[in-house]
Amino acid sequence: MAVSLREYRARIKSTESMKKITRAMELIAASRIIKAQQRAAAAAPYARELTRAVSAVATFSNVDHPLTREEENPKRAAVLVITSDRGLAGAYSSSVLKEAERLSERLRDEGKEIDYFLAGRKAEAYFKFRGRSYVQAWTGFSDQPTYDKAAEIGAALIAAFLKEQGEDGDVDEVHVVYTRFRSMLTQEPTAIRLLPLEVVEGEEAPEADDLLPLYEFEPSAEQVLDGLLPQYVQSRIFYSLLQAAASELAARQRAMKAATDNADELIKKLTRTANQARQAGITQEISEIVGGVNALADAQAAND
Amino acid sequence: MADTTVEHLHVELVAADRTVWSGEAAMIIARTLEGDIGVLRGHAPTLSLLQASVIEIQVAGTNQLVVAAVDGGVLSVANDRVSILAERVERAEDIEVQQARIDLEEAKRLLDSSNEAEQRVRHAEARIRAAEKVS
Repeated sequence: MAVSLREYRARIKSTESMKKITRAMELIAASRIIKAQQRAAAAAPYARELTRAVSAVATFSNVDHPLTREEENPKRAAVLVITSDRGLAGAYSSSVLKEAERLSERLRDEGKEIDYFLAGRKAEAYFKFRGRSYVQAWTGFSDQPTYDKAAEIGAALIAAFLKEQGEDGDVDEVHVVYTRFRSMLTQEPTAIRLLPLEVVEGEEAPEADDLLPLYEFEPSAEQVLDGLLPQYVQSRIFYSLLQAAASELAARQRAMKAATDNADELIKKLTRTANQARQAGITQEISEIVGGVNALADAQAAND
Repeated sequence: MADTTVEHLHVELVAADRTVWSGEAAMIIARTLEGDIGVLRGHAPTLSLLQASVIEIQVAGTNQLVVAAVDGGVLSVANDRVSILAERVERAEDIEVQQARIDLEEAKRLLDSSNEAEQRVRHAEARIRAAEKVS
């Protein structure tokens, strides 16, 4: 028992206060996650209706729009990496960044250069620390993204995408890396290609008796598409941000739960060793007293 | 999809981050890029771009009128189902007229210097109009 009882007590105390903090963070994350899920659910109707409208236009007109056009010889790709602003969320940010690195590797193999766009302080810090360059970073909203932010990011990405090849800042593809919220237990980092858009959700091939409505477009199909597609892109980004926010909170809740459990464990262990130390102290004192009494008794017996 | 027993239009008024209003309506008045449009039951399928303007929804079976301001967006009508999508949608009851007036003044001042200002002026005007309609 090299360490004194007092020291054990101090360590137990500090672990206990740490536990209180992690427990509070766990509860906060748990309560916010419900709100984040509600926000994601509230944004779903817009995305659904928009997808429906886009596929309606796509099925009735020849979809040739700058945002859907594939560059023949893509040279540059933009990657939007969505991470959190704060840490203490386990491997959340680092697994997104790892996924982004994997995607970058693949794009580089295809002979493309990469422009990075970052969302969240963690990604910004990661790039700054390594001295790597990025085009633009947005921070300060990772657990509560607003549509305005998504619109801002979307506008920047669309502007870069629409530039002519060879122009400064032009990109031919836009990818997004974010964390998909599957359930409270699983969130997986995902990479998707945002631009050029693939309008795949074209309504099912109409059956003979269930014809698709023949839409009238006002002012014209092209103009409607022109108005819809940027909104569609922004709504996809908004959706990614909302998913990332829910994932971040879930990851934080889990990390903090693990920290609380570990603190519990540590407190248990420390209490045991502290008790041992206390008992050892008592035993020693008793044996000292007994030894002393015995010695006295021996001395008296010798005198007698 | 085409349900002929439906008496009214089913309307979804949706902003980017929430559904603002959804329900049955007798009539909808909106303003597209080409002018005002009124939608009644049995309207031909239409997809139109909207201006920053006021949307009026006549709720089915009552005299109630839902008034909202949008900043653009799309109106789609098919099979007596109407969806109005816009990035920003505000119910007239929720609009702060004072704030809208301030926005309008500010946008008007920028009118010469930026392209967005015209859109902002329209949006602010629409918000004021919507708010005045219900007051």
